[in-house]
Amino acid sequence: ETETIDSLIRTYLKSATDKINAPWVISAFVDNAGIIDFDDEFEISFKVETHNHPSAVEPFGGANTGVGGVIRDILGVSAKPIANTDILCFGNQNLDPNQLPEGVLHPRRIQSGVIAGVQDYGNKIGIPTVNGAILYNEGYTANPLVFCGCIGIAPKGKHRKTPQIGDRVTVLGGRTGRDGLRGATFSSMTMDAQTGEVSGASVQIGDPITEKGLIDVIVRARDLGLYNDITDCGAGGLSSAVGEMASKLGCDAELTRVRLKYPGLAPWEIWLSEAQERMVLAVAPENIPALQTLCDTFDTEITDIGTFTGDGRLTVRYDGNIVIDMDNEFLHEGMPQRHLKAVIKKPIAYSRVFEDRISNIKETLLNFLSNPNIASKASVVRIYDHEVQGGTVIKPLTGIEADAPSDATVIKPIGTKGTKGVVLSNGINPEYGKRDAYKMAWSVMDEAIRNAVAVGANPQQIAVLDNFCWGDPLRSETLGSLVEACRGCHDAALFYGTPFISGKDSLNNEYLGVDGLRHAIPPTLLISAIGIVQDVNQSITMDLKGADNFIYLVGDFPAEPKPVPDVPDVPSSTTQVYRVLHQAITGGLVKSVHDLSEGGLAVAAAEMCIGGRLGMELDIEESTLFSEVNGCLLVEVSPVNASAFENQFANLPFNRIGKVTSTSILKIANDEISVDELVHAFNNPKHT
Amino acid sequence: MKPKALVLQAHGSNRDFDVIEALTLAGADATGIPLNALRINKTLLSDFQLLVLPGGFSYADSLGAGKLLALDLASYFVDEISAFVESGKPVIGICNGFQALVKSGILPGDAEGQSTLTFNAQGHFECRWVTLRPVSQKCIWTTGLDELIECPIAHGEGNFQTSPLFPLSSFLDNDQIALTYSYPNGSPANAEYPINPNGSLHDIAGICNSQGNVLGLMPHPENHIHPYQHPQWTRGISRHRGLTLFGNGVKYASELN
Repeated sequence: ETETIDSLIRTYLKSATDKINAPWVISAFVDNAGIIDFDDEFEISFKVETHNHPSAVEPFGGANTGVGGVIRDILGVSAKPIANTDILCFGNQNLDPNQLPEGVLHPRRIQSGVIAGVQDYGNKIGIPTVNGAILYNEGYTANPLVFCGCIGIAPKGKHRKTPQIGDRVTVLGGRTGRDGLRGATFSSMTMDAQTGEVSGASVQIGDPITEKGLIDVIVRARDLGLYNDITDCGAGGLSSAVGEMASKLGCDAELTRVRLKYPGLAPWEIWLSEAQERMVLAVAPENIPALQTLCDTFDTEITDIGTFTGDGRLTVRYDGNIVIDMDNEFLHEGMPQRHLKAVIKKPIAYSRVFEDRISNIKETLLNFLSNPNIASKASVVRIYDHEVQGGTVIKPLTGIEADAPSDATVIKPIGTKGTKGVVLSNGINPEYGKRDAYKMAWSVMDEAIRNAVAVGANPQQIAVLDNFCWGDPLRSETLGSLVEACRGCHDAALFYGTPFISGKDSLNNEYLGVDGLRHAIPPTLLISAIGIVQDVNQSITMDLKGADNFIYLVGDFPAEPKPVPDVPDVPSSTTQVYRVLHQAITGGLVKSVHDLSEGGLAVAAAEMCIGGRLGMELDIEESTLFSEVNGCLLVEVSPVNASAFENQFANLPFNRIGKVTSTSILKIANDEISVDELVHAFNNPKHT
Repeated sequence: MKPKALVLQAHGSNRDFDVIEALTLAGADATGIPLNALRINKTLLSDFQLLVLPGGFSYADSLGAGKLLALDLASYFVDEISAFVESGKPVIGICNGFQALVKSGILPGDAEGQSTLTFNAQGHFECRWVTLRPVSQKCIWTTGLDELIECPIAHGEGNFQTSPLFPLSSFLDNDQIALTYSYPNGSPANAEYPINPNGSLHDIAGICNSQGNVLGLMPHPENHIHPYQHPQWTRGISRHRGLTLFGNGVKYASELN
């Protein structure tokens, strides 16, 4: 049967947030970033953007400006950036070059450029890069995905969004050039062999030191109340930023006043350029001198290009001659809605049974640990400054040798009183996306929330962001899976009580090969979660802490080896399990926690052993060792707290499955694997 | 009376607020002063009892880490800075600040080109925690510190090397090695990576001038002033905080006038 859906975002994502109606959500879907309550003085903002096509054409520049762009979204809600997160999806690193589609850079070259671009911007601007992920899938060969996220903090009530008649249209920061022209359209069109030549200029050029000046100025201008509205100059450049800010009052802007990098730009080039490090502010005339002084002090350029008129029209001139004269109503409301056809196919229903792979547990486990998607990312994390601002309480790498992967990060923002913290985590699984978009949405929502709870976040105050990266929506099955993913987000959000506060979609992630074949990426949904810990001293890490402690498996874990459904469901008891686990953590009953994700229970146990350089003895049904499930975690509890812990979990699914041993050997049934072998496998990914 | 500390905010400094918090906790009245504000009113510097060049990427590290800030110190502010240093007031340059002090010749002592901080031996930027052993008793920042210090490094050009103009022997003879990289138990790193994270000569992490009032170091003690900043605090380990080093500097400044 057929159904008509008016706007996926309103029908599924915004409606979930409205139904949950969480009192601690301050702003959702209406501003540059989502905003939640932090404490009586501060609010926390969060945004995640994608810079996929630019990174395919120019990896360093694409990733560099991806980081720079999302930082400006945080400045666009008057907040000071305090942490970055980057999720990167590449093709397989040892791909045979002859199999490379025409005009596509090799995945290894894309990875090295992207990682260097993220490092350059994050480190130089002084924002700690504390969270993220790196995934490898041949679906990303021609179309890498680069998700860049940023968290900000601001005093409550200082963010102003209402320009006044007579305010000056003010541009702060970098100069304008041809870089980034048609960036917006280029990012949403199918790529092909010529894309590099044709759209090379569309990739923007980053300059972190200029944006550092913007942070220095805007944080102080905010506190002095020097502006009435602020937004970032992103896609579409001045046309979007000034156009949106003047969408009610209308404005009269003069393009010759815009500071150029070099002469010779045509009016449309000035108006559409996506040159970086620029913010647009509405500033009352009497505040311009004070803002000018601030800008001079922090080496930032300020340009007054016009005024907010109040006549409801967008008027743009070039040397006095009118080049744009449009009615706001038509410009902003006049666009007809696109009508697209979606076909929802039944998900591919084959189930994987693990029996054959259990013949050799040790070999299987070591192979999982060396799988590039699971193996250690320390070599990348090490080149990102994750300590600047001194707020990183739970770090990306943890344990005795600081080489084990944390489930999430906890930040104690500098300058806040008390010891409240912010939790940052994410969930992503393209393999599930290929098979069942609806259940994939549930699984990645669960992963993001599970990771946050695993370090101590309160499951009842977690907000999420959605980032969809899909193929061409004009193909009805592609759009069908997008609709299913949105429906999954809606249902999962209501189940967990976690509202969406912002999001973004990147469509047309496709590559038209010379062979005429369309290479589409696997449907990829990133869920980024942000939570709160009441006291950072109660947050927890995943490294084993002491021999003879008990190991519990909490969550609805399949006891016998029934065939694994293709994409696991989320057990109905999950929200209860997370609430009770949170009580156990804040009650001090727990020594370490780690969630089950790729590679299942065996990999989770191995990672905990690596963290503490301690062993484990596990008594668990062998064929379920590598089952990928949702809603399950391993918890280390000292014997003295065992009864209290078990009482809290009384009517919930949990099981004591073993204990920690001082002999650094992971013992499962009669298989023994030394921790050194685990460490070696984990630190040496086997790329294909 | 609380000593007044000036934290110099060059274009690109990004650990200014970290060190302001550390100095405040150590008992100083610390304020951030933008370089351009100082450019307009140079005499401002003399109102302060303690000067900090914080970590960051001043001037985006164009022409090499700390190079342009070094030019400011060695030319534009040469009179004010040398007066401050010669008066014996405590000065500390952290990471980018240390690079600027070395490349302006303030460290190790009144002439450029005596030593430098070049690219890490591992060939890339690195962020990890290290253990430091305080050495110099002449340096007012490290004298009397009997505990090790654990804190992060975050740099790409921290490889300390000397020149024949001021060889290693001069540092040893004049007690101008302030801190060295060491194992957690205090034994010397002996150039062993990652204990010595950047290939610095003689595991040198920080040096002082002959007077002992100016300290330059690559690691960031200002990022270990609270227990929950230590990477193993959840394992019950939160020792060797960086606060003691700032405590020394602030105490010395308060006893000056």
